[in-house]
Amino acid sequence: MTGDRLSPLWQLTLWRTREFLREPEAVFWVFAFPIILSLALGIAFKNRAPDNVKVAIPAGAGAAELKAALDANGGKKLETLVLDSAEAYNRLRTGGVSLLVIPGEPVTLRYDSTRQESDIARLVVASALQEAGGRRDVRTIGEVRVTEPGSRYIDFLIPGLLGMNIMGTGLWGIGFGLVSARQRKLLKRFLATPMRKSNFMLAFMLSRLVFLTLEVVSVVVFAWAVFSIPVRGSVLAIAGVVLLGATSFAGVGLLVASRARTIEGVSGLMNLVMMPMWICSGVFFSWSRFPEAVQPFIRLLPLTALNDALRAVMIDGESLVGVAGLLGVVATWGLVTFGVAFKIFRWN
Amino acid sequence: MSPPAVSCHGLIKRYDKVVAVDGLDLEVAAGECFGMLGPNGAGKTTTVEMIQGLIPPDGGTVQLFGLPWEGNEADLRQRLGTALQETKLPEKLSVIETLRLFRSFYRKSVSEETVLELVQLQEKRDSWVNKLSGGQRQRLAVACALVCDPDILFLDEPTTGLDPQSRRQLWDVINQFRSRGGTVVLTTHYMEEAEQLCDRVGVVDHGKMIALGSPKQLIAGLGAEHVVDFAVAGEAVLGDAELSALPGVTRVHHEDGHTRLTVQRVHQTLPALMALVGGRNIQLAELTTHHATLEDVFMSLTGRHLRDG
Ligand SMILES: Nc1ncnc2c1ncn2[C@@H]1O[C@H](COP(=O)(O)OP(=O)(O)OP(=O)(O)O)[C@@H](O)[C@H]1O
Ligand SMILES: [Mg+2]
Repeated sequence: MTGDRLSPLWQLTLWRTREFLREPEAVFWVFAFPIILSLALGIAFKNRAPDNVKVAIPAGAGAAELKAALDANGGKKLETLVLDSAEAYNRLRTGGVSLLVIPGEPVTLRYDSTRQESDIARLVVASALQEAGGRRDVRTIGEVRVTEPGSRYIDFLIPGLLGMNIMGTGLWGIGFGLVSARQRKLLKRFLATPMRKSNFMLAFMLSRLVFLTLEVVSVVVFAWAVFSIPVRGSVLAIAGVVLLGATSFAGVGLLVASRARTIEGVSGLMNLVMMPMWICSGVFFSWSRFPEAVQPFIRLLPLTALNDALRAVMIDGESLVGVAGLLGVVATWGLVTFGVAFKIFRWN
Repeated sequence: MSPPAVSCHGLIKRYDKVVAVDGLDLEVAAGECFGMLGPNGAGKTTTVEMIQGLIPPDGGTVQLFGLPWEGNEADLRQRLGTALQETKLPEKLSVIETLRLFRSFYRKSVSEETVLELVQLQEKRDSWVNKLSGGQRQRLAVACALVCDPDILFLDEPTTGLDPQSRRQLWDVINQFRSRGGTVVLTTHYMEEAEQLCDRVGVVDHGKMIALGSPKQLIAGLGAEHVVDFAVAGEAVLGDAELSALPGVTRVHHEDGHTRLTVQRVHQTLPALMALVGGRNIQLAELTTHHATLEDVFMSLTGRHLRDG
């Protein structure tokens, strides 16, 4: 007989943590995946200078002079091609060039006015032709070129990716762990002990929080170092939002896995739950692009609220009080799902 | 007198089409070792899991130590150790970590090292569960059952798949547990195990208890102590009437070309059998005799082998 009492919550949390840490592939993917994803997307959507303006001149009388005039006055951004007439029209139609400059008196510009780049090309070409014809600028205009951290796509993206990860780890981590324990009849074995069910579920959540914290820190540090993402909010506020989000999604994960008997079953359910939020909740693009009629529903999704709160705190430097409403939505999801999961949980 | 460790009445469990347990009654006294014997699908696991409050019965009552599950779950769980038939323990925990996890659930417990020694797994103390052999895993499962120093131990086929030596080791563990006053309920397919370990045995078939008693009583119930098993060469046939008429034969049973005679005394029956065979010029292809076992009891009750479904 021994006197020392162990804490069941601590032992259960250790179990979950060890099972995860001792699975090297899982560790690799949890930490590497978000970083690889943000790196890839960050590079793909890195703020680039706008494309050159491409225009074509159908070959024929006057084409060479026209090209010389545009090259001389259009600046570095204007790219002029002299093409066989049919080819030139074809390129205009397929978007290969933005506008045709047809020689003659007067010179004719042919373009599709609904295309933004064609409109720009019209301004650039018209101005170059006027200058070639002898127009002089009457005023000098100064310029300052800036790229403001905080307003770039990557700044929008990183908090969204964090939100997506918090959701993913909550659901996958808990869903798989629970269903495989159920399949292995381990849940039934625990049911035969005096273990408190709430301890069991809390342990699943706690061990997730441990990893999530590490995961979030690694992504934020990476994004800050590589993309100079501004971190304007206080670290405590960010940590608060992350922890609340993680806890809530752990609740969602518990609910999704509360009755599934097989890994296949739970995978399907999890995709069903996550897919709409990947698309609607403002991970890759703002939810404000959806029709106004559906926006109220989108804003009630837990990931939408979490992403908005993360952006507000990280990028705009909001305080926790400033995002209280959003956090309320997130917390409500957590409480409700945890409660329902506890009620309908299948131990056999 | 203390209440029985297990007492259940009219236990019923139905699954879609099958009645897994069909009105089963059972009492196990405190300190007793009770064995449940039966072929695959007989309803043994369903019964012991209902007794342990893991599957809700569709009918009937269960009490442990005179207490129903309802209202006493927290208390009863503290006193119960179990190794379920199908549980796979966490793969990535070491043996000692697994024991510590299970110990943490109980108010009263035995140290991990003590139970490790009991099941002789000391040298695997720090190995991960997924590195253990099947037999070692089973011993660990029993260790997890013992770590709470239980009053009653449920073991569902604890020795299936073990080599003879490990099986004997586990019998020792069970006997040690009993010597401290513990109650054991186990299920098994092994007659030898039931005869060695159990004070009483219940034979279960199709969800019903078809025989109950000490191994000796059950075998005595056959009305004979020995079995003569033979096969004749060629097409020859010996009639049941002739065989039954041989001295001391209480039962004749044919199976797979073999004939089994349940007899009281081999030394009386065998010469008569040889005379009968010799007189008819029949050759024997095989002839064996053995002491009647629980297997023979089961066959005489159901006409089937225990190992068949
Ligand atoms: N969850 C279930 N769903 C449907 N049928 C079940 C379920 N569990 C058991 N059964 C059926 O109930 C019957 C009894 O099963 P049980 O597991 O109790 O048998 P057993 O005596 O333990 O057999 P074994 O020796 O193979 O372990 C079987 O016919 C089985 O198919
Ligand atoms: Mg069974």
